[in-house]
Amino acid sequence: MAEYQRYTRRKLLFIVACVVAMVLVIGYAATIGSSNISFMEVYKTIFNHFFNPDAVDPDADWAIFTIRLPRIMAGLIAGMTLGVAGAAMQSMMKNPLADPYTTGISSGASFGATLALGLGLSFAGFGGSMSLVLFAFVFSLIPAAVIILVSSLRATSAATMILAGIAVMYLFNACTTLIKLGLSDASLASVFNWSVGDLSAVTWNDCGIMVCFTIVGTVTLMLMSKKLNILITGDKNATALGLDAHKLRIVLLILISLMAASVVCFTGIIGFIGLVSPHIVRMFLGSDNRYLIPAAAVFGGVLLMVSDLIARVILAPTFLPVGVITSFIGGPIFLYLLIKQRRSAW
Amino acid sequence: MKVELKDLEFGYDPKKPIFTGVNYTFEEPEFICILGPNGVGKSTLVHCINKILKSTGGAVLIDGKDNKEMKLKELAANMGYVPASSEDNFPLTVVDTIMVGLQNDAKFGTKKEDLEKVYDVLNLMSIEHLAMRNFNELSAGQHQKVVLARGLVRMPNMVILDEPTSNLDVRHQLEVTRILSELPKQKNMIIIMISHDINITAKYADKVIMLYGGSIYAVGTPKEVITKDNLRTVYGVDADVIEINDRPHVILNGAIREE
Repeated sequence: MAEYQRYTRRKLLFIVACVVAMVLVIGYAATIGSSNISFMEVYKTIFNHFFNPDAVDPDADWAIFTIRLPRIMAGLIAGMTLGVAGAAMQSMMKNPLADPYTTGISSGASFGATLALGLGLSFAGFGGSMSLVLFAFVFSLIPAAVIILVSSLRATSAATMILAGIAVMYLFNACTTLIKLGLSDASLASVFNWSVGDLSAVTWNDCGIMVCFTIVGTVTLMLMSKKLNILITGDKNATALGLDAHKLRIVLLILISLMAASVVCFTGIIGFIGLVSPHIVRMFLGSDNRYLIPAAAVFGGVLLMVSDLIARVILAPTFLPVGVITSFIGGPIFLYLLIKQRRSAW
Repeated sequence: MKVELKDLEFGYDPKKPIFTGVNYTFEEPEFICILGPNGVGKSTLVHCINKILKSTGGAVLIDGKDNKEMKLKELAANMGYVPASSEDNFPLTVVDTIMVGLQNDAKFGTKKEDLEKVYDVLNLMSIEHLAMRNFNELSAGQHQKVVLARGLVRMPNMVILDEPTSNLDVRHQLEVTRILSELPKQKNMIIIMISHDINITAKYADKVIMLYGGSIYAVGTPKEVITKDNLRTVYGVDADVIEINDRPHVILNGAIREE
């Protein structure tokens, strides 16, 4: 029993280490920019901003709170959401290839964004970027709604849900391609920029909306983590342990879809974080969702912040789309860990 | 605990029921084995008891209450289940795998008493040395013992096992079946096991239920049920049945009876 307790402590230590890394990355990322602000000054400015307003350096405060932190926080929140959603999606679908976009969320969001950007449609009287966000959000939820409808007609397995998601994804991709055929070069460029993922346009207000979904979703999934552990042992076993696997999967699908949609509508499609963060964490902590979900949240946040940091500096002053960097960083790290891992994680 | 099957019926197609008119009462702590050829509805029958499947006719009464009226959680509280195969896409350690059997609640952490229950059942199955191993690193025999431990960890009044020894070598089959056969006396449990091994069933079972022709064909002690005539009718094989230590033992002659 002592060995198990040590094992549990090691898992908690990993999560604490990720939180420390998160704080350090936030501090370092906030030093990057045209104004020269040191690592320690960043924390001092943040502290003064909240607890000692009289001592605030207005230039540093403006640079950090108006320019840098919204983007950094967007990376943190989006990464956390995608990491948690990926971990939960893989467990509920019992599939290591599942990610937050498995149910076609990205294709739905792309279609919505293409409608807004390409055809200049507005949503319920909202114009510009807000209209884009609303279009992307609403359309990203349509594939999940279709899957739930299909599931309600007949109790379906995880595999059927994935296949239904793929069917809807192809349908939306075809619609998006059709619209793109008629777009101008400028509109096509806007659609492309959105589709590769970008954190630069995210505001504090957007962060506020995202963080609500993140907190509610993450806490709910942590409370459901034991049920997720049961779900990975198979539907028959889950039923025998008192769980309605079908109903639980629908509840989880709604929750994960809302979480992923809340990110994708503001940032565009940032791939890889939701797929890879849970797997990297699994290699260190195992597959127990009680620890996997909080750890995937923090690790996903760190991974996306680091990716965005690199996207900002690698070809400065040109910023690369963060979606490209997540794949460039995550891919090799993941391959390295796959080769080096001592225990099979899935 | 009393589990009554009353005119139980199930069919995916209502016009073609897999079984009908199944009547039996499980009450005494016994080791009961269900025998029958492939496709006769053995798994379907036990899945109707724990509501993995919903029966299409008749009733399963748990202490007088129809299981259709019971919530899954209420049913699971007194009934353990060991599936024929366990999925391990995302393997946990052996301790965590067994802990899953205790975890259908919204609390986050690990309770000390739960951990103690897990180590008790590890001890019962003589697999304490596997505690911190990853589930997917185990041999088939160890794997099955862990799944069995997960079904037993709550020490329910009844445990249903769907062919738990199907992937095991003969030594592990004997070992697992012996452990199961001791549980009714040790822990006051009703153990219902689906089996394809007639001789191991004959050696350890207190009662045998033989399914055939869409209902219970024979029920009783191994000696009463495992007979030359029953084997010929139910399995379509000609076999000699001898007695060893007052238990039947089947010797297959290699002759498959022509239909």
